[in-house]
Amino acid sequence: MALSNSGFVKITSPHTHGGNTTSRIMLLVILATVPGIIALTYFFGWGTLINIVLASFTALACEALILKIRKRPISFFLKDNSALLTAVLLGIALPPLAPWWVTVVAVSFAMIFAKHLYGGLGNNPFNPAMVGYALVLISFPVQMTTNWTVPYFMSGAETIPFTNSLSVIFSGTAGLSDAFTGATPLDTYKHLAKNETAVEILQNPLFSSDVAGAASGGSASNWFAGGWEFVNIAFLLGGLALLALRIFTWHIPLSLLAALGTCSVIFGWDADLYVPWSLHIFTGATMLGAFFIATDPVTASTTPLGKIIYGAGIGILIFVIRTWGAYPDAVAFAVLLMNFAAPLIDTYTQPRTYGHEKAKRGMPAKLDTSTTDSTSKEG
Amino acid sequence: MQPITLHSFSGGIHPQENKHQSTQTPITVLPLPSQLIVPVGQHIGAPADVIVAVGNRVLKGQLIAQPKGFVSAAIHAPTSGKIVAIEQRELPHSSGLQGTCVIIDSDGQDTWLEEIANGSRAIADYLEADNEVLINRIRDCGITGLGGAGFPTSVKMAVNGKNIETLIINGAECEPYITADDKLMQERALETMRGIQILLKLTAANHCLIGIEDNKPAAIKAMKEALHQVHGEHFINVVSIPTKYPSGGEKQLIEILTGKEVPSGGIPAEIGIVCQNVGTCEAVYRAVAEGKPLISRITTITGESIEQPQNVEVLIGTPVKHLLDFAGFKQEKSLFQKFWHSIGAGSDNSAASAAKPRIIMGGPMMGFTLSSDELPILKSSNCILAPSQKELPANDVASACIRCGLCTEACPADLLPQQLYWFSKSGELDKAEQHNIADCIECGACSYVCPSQIPLVQYYRHTKGAIKEERAAQDKSNRSKIRFEARQDRLDREAAEKEAKRQARAAAAEKAQAAKKAAAAKAAEEAAKNGDANPDESSPAQAAVKPEPVDLDKLQKQLDAAQAGLKKSMDKVAELKAAAAAEKNGDTEAPIEAPIENMEVFEKAVATRRDKVKLLALQLAEAKKSAPVVKKEITRDDIEKKLRAQQDRIDKTKQRFELAQEQGSETLPALQKGLDKQMQKLKELEEELAQFDKAGA
Ligand code: SF4
Ligand code: SF4
Repeated sequence: MALSNSGFVKITSPHTHGGNTTSRIMLLVILATVPGIIALTYFFGWGTLINIVLASFTALACEALILKIRKRPISFFLKDNSALLTAVLLGIALPPLAPWWVTVVAVSFAMIFAKHLYGGLGNNPFNPAMVGYALVLISFPVQMTTNWTVPYFMSGAETIPFTNSLSVIFSGTAGLSDAFTGATPLDTYKHLAKNETAVEILQNPLFSSDVAGAASGGSASNWFAGGWEFVNIAFLLGGLALLALRIFTWHIPLSLLAALGTCSVIFGWDADLYVPWSLHIFTGATMLGAFFIATDPVTASTTPLGKIIYGAGIGILIFVIRTWGAYPDAVAFAVLLMNFAAPLIDTYTQPRTYGHEKAKRGMPAKLDTSTTDSTSKEG
Repeated sequence: MQPITLHSFSGGIHPQENKHQSTQTPITVLPLPSQLIVPVGQHIGAPADVIVAVGNRVLKGQLIAQPKGFVSAAIHAPTSGKIVAIEQRELPHSSGLQGTCVIIDSDGQDTWLEEIANGSRAIADYLEADNEVLINRIRDCGITGLGGAGFPTSVKMAVNGKNIETLIINGAECEPYITADDKLMQERALETMRGIQILLKLTAANHCLIGIEDNKPAAIKAMKEALHQVHGEHFINVVSIPTKYPSGGEKQLIEILTGKEVPSGGIPAEIGIVCQNVGTCEAVYRAVAEGKPLISRITTITGESIEQPQNVEVLIGTPVKHLLDFAGFKQEKSLFQKFWHSIGAGSDNSAASAAKPRIIMGGPMMGFTLSSDELPILKSSNCILAPSQKELPANDVASACIRCGLCTEACPADLLPQQLYWFSKSGELDKAEQHNIADCIECGACSYVCPSQIPLVQYYRHTKGAIKEERAAQDKSNRSKIRFEARQDRLDREAAEKEAKRQARAAAAEKAQAAKKAAAAKAAEEAAKNGDANPDESSPAQAAVKPEPVDLDKLQKQLDAAQAGLKKSMDKVAELKAAAAAEKNGDTEAPIEAPIENMEVFEKAVATRRDKVKLLALQLAEAKKSAPVVKKEITRDDIEKKLRAQQDRIDKTKQRFELAQEQGSETLPALQKGLDKQMQKLKELEEELAQFDKAGA
């Protein structure tokens, strides 16, 4: 056993690893969206699934293309699943019957501009999926607001068939009657609230359909929200699973929901004017946003206190934009606005380090010559 | 004693323990190696002074190097034999440091020094002995912390005047694989407990807490029994603490047992605590009660590449190879080699193609890989780990940080590892400081959980080094600035005195001249009414400052040279950095260390050179200020002269250039470059001239 001096591997500690990988994290997040996707498909037809598939292919193609241009190893980066996750989230967020090109534009913009122009995974300050979403929402407001399918029970207890969805998405046939498409409950309530009282609004089939009552397996309570509550509960379940797997911490989702809930309860006392809290929490993209979008680690705040502020900020902004803004939902804009603030929040929310009286916060002062090194472990 | 309320430290991880492999057999005593390599600097503090010479015969336990200064430790011969060399050798250290080693050829007798063998050094009634006697004994026996850092125990125990309330004994042993302390507590509980009693007496602490992770029930039981035997229950408490890495970190253990935090940059004694490792306690007992110096320790040898993982009592200075041979080291073969063997081709001489062995001193979380198996066991070497590739695979290629925050959750020091990583990567030392990088204990918990497999700790070590250097450079430049200013003051004073004297002389001369002048004046007035300036008038002033221009030029030249040097170093560093970056983006992570370490050298060079430039620039500025007259003295002629000289030079170069062109010489590009430079200089001179003219106009 003659070992030469140079024949030894030199690497620095630690020499062991927990085995967690980025691709595993991304994959788990993707898997956790499955219940939500099932609920969406059940209530709103095949559109979402078609969107997701289309978005995924677009995303992978874009990613591969850019990696090639940037001369990066393609397979190494593709297998981190982050492009796929962006695609899935966008596919879910877009209206089920949005034309194919809306999806393609949103996804390619997300991948190329929001992600790779900033240096790729980990360096993007804004949530790529939400940048893509915001772009198409601003550019194609009509397609983005009218292509929500109405829940199956309102269109004659039948979802639109798969082939019909395909043709709507790809050839833009307006072959479907208005019976199949419509606005979301949040939007509906908001618009109706301009002239109607709460009692009248709740007569709308979206909120009180008998079929809906049957579907929910009970009475049609007055906050029933056209299938959306099941979608949100499904996303909530997926999110809780991720929480249990410690993929992210409770800080952001909880503070987001708490802030949104508090705002909507405070204002919601007048149901004739404001959307009730139940609709805020259980319709639209609330749960998706709270557990899958706001928690995107790259663009969120990373300190424990920072995460709480960040989540709460998104919750408040969602309420503000939903209530006084012109767009049907607000998660994308709220998230993007808080993305702006995340670095600043981080700077001012450093935790107190072991052995320090209090936390150092804010910008660094000059190098201070008195601090000494303390790396010794045990004497 | 009342029950202890346990606290918890933040973060922490639960890596696979892998401790059972090495606890199956009792501690064995390693056979004598034929040669021992004993470094004299194994501890924190100054290396000891060698007091033996090559050719001397030494006996086991004989002092071979005595402590130098207060923070230092004695070194003894681990066995009897002959000193064959005293030389610089590589030490087992994460950065491959060199240090003086005493090489002893064993005579195979292992003969103790007489006084130790006959027990005349033993202090029997140690609990009645004087503290000073005990401390001196601990110092004379070269006891240092056996848990990791290797701090001299006598220094730590010299707590006179400090109010120590709690003595904490660290038996946590939280690193995976290592079982040296576990076995020690099981097999030598009584000695350890007596050592603890001695330390308790020395610190005069009110009570003592022995923290042991609850994955070592046998050790806890043994220690409790020993405690009962020595009737120490009133002051000493054996505490079982939850298993969580790094509970054995001094700061973390203190937090678990007392809820107190050691102030940043401070030591436990500041909050009335002294912390010692169990192994150290046993060594203290042996030193005091048996008079034996620290010449051996218990080391775990384990890992899948070891045939018989176990704990051995090994002499300090034993080459790791001896240990590996004893426990059976199976060198892993590369796939290619396996294939080669399986088809029966080739004999075993293809050692070069064998998979490189990886041997870690310490545990998998904080240990470091050895560059060779010729390196010796130190007083602080608690484990030799030889894992198989499968067991501890080298990390994958790091991917981008996704800011998932898992590292923040794992950090026991409540740092923000991902921020530290970003700042380290971008070289923002001030921000890294602001984020308390100095409080990082390099436990590796963050790297362990990082899904992107980023070697975070490596980045932190590097940044800490850079900060230290920057600070040293700053101190140095501050010091030299002070020195410079003092010197400047003195020079100014002297110049002022001279000036005063000169003025006095000049005044006298003037008076004498005034008479002459008065006579000449009339004639002059008449002769030249157009008022030609008297060229003599400025000459005395010029004479006074005459020495200055020489200085100025010299300074300028020095400055230029220093600047060129600085640029060279900076280029080199940039190059290295680029290389390191390329390497990282490439495929392997392993070789990155070499350039980084090299880089530190170059960065140091940059720092010193930068200082020099700064200093020179400062001096130059000062000199210029004090000699402003000279600057204005540059005349148009001077510039023109320079210009002409430059033109001549260019002509010559051109000729050479043409010649080279004709001959197709290789020096062509270099000449071209030189020519370009000269042309540039010419242009500058022309510009200067133009400016001069403009100013004059
Ligand atoms: S664990 Fe790794 S990937 Fe996650 S934030 Fe920390 S450094 Fe970044
Ligand atoms: S190595 Fe430093 S930053 Fe990482 S977990 Fe340990 S103390 Fe925290």
